[in-house]
Amino acid sequence: MADLSVSAASPAGQSQTGKIALRWSLYTLLCLFALFYLLPLFVMITTSLKSLDEIRTGDLISLPREVTFDAWRTAWSGACTGIQCEGVRPYFWNSVLIAIPGVAISTLLGAMNGYVVAQWRFRGANIIFSLMLFGCFIPFQVVLLPMARVLGMMGIAGTIPGLIFVHVIYGLGFTTLFFRNYYVSIPADLTKAAKVDGAGFFRIFWSIFLPLSLPIIVVTVIWQFTQIWNDFLFGVSFSQAGTQPVTVALNNIVNSTTGVKEYNVDMAAAIIAALPTLLVYVVAGKYFVRGLTAGSVKG
Amino acid sequence: MTKWLEENTPKLVLAPSFIAILVFVYGFIAWTAWVSMTRSRLLPKYEIEGFIQYDRLFASPRWDTAFGNLFIFGTLFIVIAMILGLVLAILLDQNIRTEGAIRTIYLYPMALSMIVTGTAWKWILNPGLGLQAMVRGWGFEDFTFDWLVDPDMAIYTIVLAAIWQSSGFVMALFLAGLRSVDEEIIKAAQVDGIPTWRVYTAIIIPSMAPIFLSAFIVLSHLAIKSFDLVIALTGGGPGYATDLPATYMYAMAFSRGDIGQAASSAMIMMLVVFAIVVPYLYSELRSKDG
Repeated sequence: MADLSVSAASPAGQSQTGKIALRWSLYTLLCLFALFYLLPLFVMITTSLKSLDEIRTGDLISLPREVTFDAWRTAWSGACTGIQCEGVRPYFWNSVLIAIPGVAISTLLGAMNGYVVAQWRFRGANIIFSLMLFGCFIPFQVVLLPMARVLGMMGIAGTIPGLIFVHVIYGLGFTTLFFRNYYVSIPADLTKAAKVDGAGFFRIFWSIFLPLSLPIIVVTVIWQFTQIWNDFLFGVSFSQAGTQPVTVALNNIVNSTTGVKEYNVDMAAAIIAALPTLLVYVVAGKYFVRGLTAGSVKG
Repeated sequence: MTKWLEENTPKLVLAPSFIAILVFVYGFIAWTAWVSMTRSRLLPKYEIEGFIQYDRLFASPRWDTAFGNLFIFGTLFIVIAMILGLVLAILLDQNIRTEGAIRTIYLYPMALSMIVTGTAWKWILNPGLGLQAMVRGWGFEDFTFDWLVDPDMAIYTIVLAAIWQSSGFVMALFLAGLRSVDEEIIKAAQVDGIPTWRVYTAIIIPSMAPIFLSAFIVLSHLAIKSFDLVIALTGGGPGYATDLPATYMYAMAFSRGDIGQAASSAMIMMLVVFAIVVPYLYSELRSKDG
């Protein structure tokens, strides 16, 4: 880390008070930005705890005079998405049912693929890897139409297995990339030595590579979970009433035109939809950031 | 047989994923490209008719708006998010005692779904009860901030929300870059009495060129794929003032029943992505594998 603020100021002969003033303005600036990032979350939380009357009469950033959890109850089990009024609860569980197998399968496949590409190079392996990597970049709009037809032909259109399938396929590029980049740094001699000792492909993976992989598994799981949980495009394109993920349900609640607009319920539903990924971020922020940067620098 | 199996296990393990990518990425792109050259409407047709769908697309005022919006939104979003991210990273790099906490605050929006972000900003920006009403309530009766419902300004609300969501991430990228700059060079510059801002503009920032590039790639990729945010924040409205190619494609595919237009607009989106990503990916792969 470059300690510029302190050392670079002294040759210029700045006074002590000048330095302190600089420090203070620095902290003030940082706090103002923090407010900018926190404001929407703050507004969401306070709005969700107000009654509709209070929302109409009070202002946006005032604290609730009377805290009520009615909006949360409605959002969870009573808010209407179109004609159905069962809140986000069933859709929340849909998202869980999509995310868990989706994350598990794509991570496992990514680990195996990464292991092959990094440690068992064969002719063409690099081309295969490049082609897979490329798949990470396509705008998914270009596969929506044929995917809708293929899911129909497979008999899983509009189902949760169908959505799991889609998420696994289009997650493979990234999960392979993560594991490949991680396994590439493990010396090839390790594999060679194990081969000499008579260990096979799966044995080496199972007893040498997998035990080393915890950090990259965490990164990949967090990445995939965030992607799948936050997905909207696949969810809205390939689901039907009853199998929609929570993001689609949230959008339907917010944009449903029937009845009175219940802003507090909208906000509560939004927080519920955001909670799982926020929780992951708070608990494992370090790995979350690592996934983002790894996924971006090369993917 | 066992020997063959043993030798080819790695290939067999990779094969299913590879075939899946071939079919579901490359095969599907080919399908979409093919259909974009036909007269498909509600159902796909497979007789090639040339570029009629693209002619229709470029003649459509709605596509015109959507494509124009992509440039307004994309440029503002990328430029502002990069500047903001860089400034925040430099500010945070000054031995801030609470750096960890501040970084966490700046970055958390990235964990949210765009639908959540859109929902939150839609509420904040709604003129009736949001920011505008709040400032008016403070006594500034003439205060107007109704971008969300103003067809000329609505696109900027999407820029605002997108920057809110992604700038912390750009900051994280730049911060990692700042930390990897060789300290010896910086120390040497300081010994020579070069002022701090010169150290940044002449030494540190130029050495982070690769990070600018990857931030640019990620942000442009995000911009082109932006779909959820528009749906949640403006629904493409007022009218279709905030349509982007992604929402145009979706409307054609799933509500207008115009597969030909959906396919051709998707192909244009892909071409834009490829124009940006292919040169980058090509150089990355070459430099990595030699």
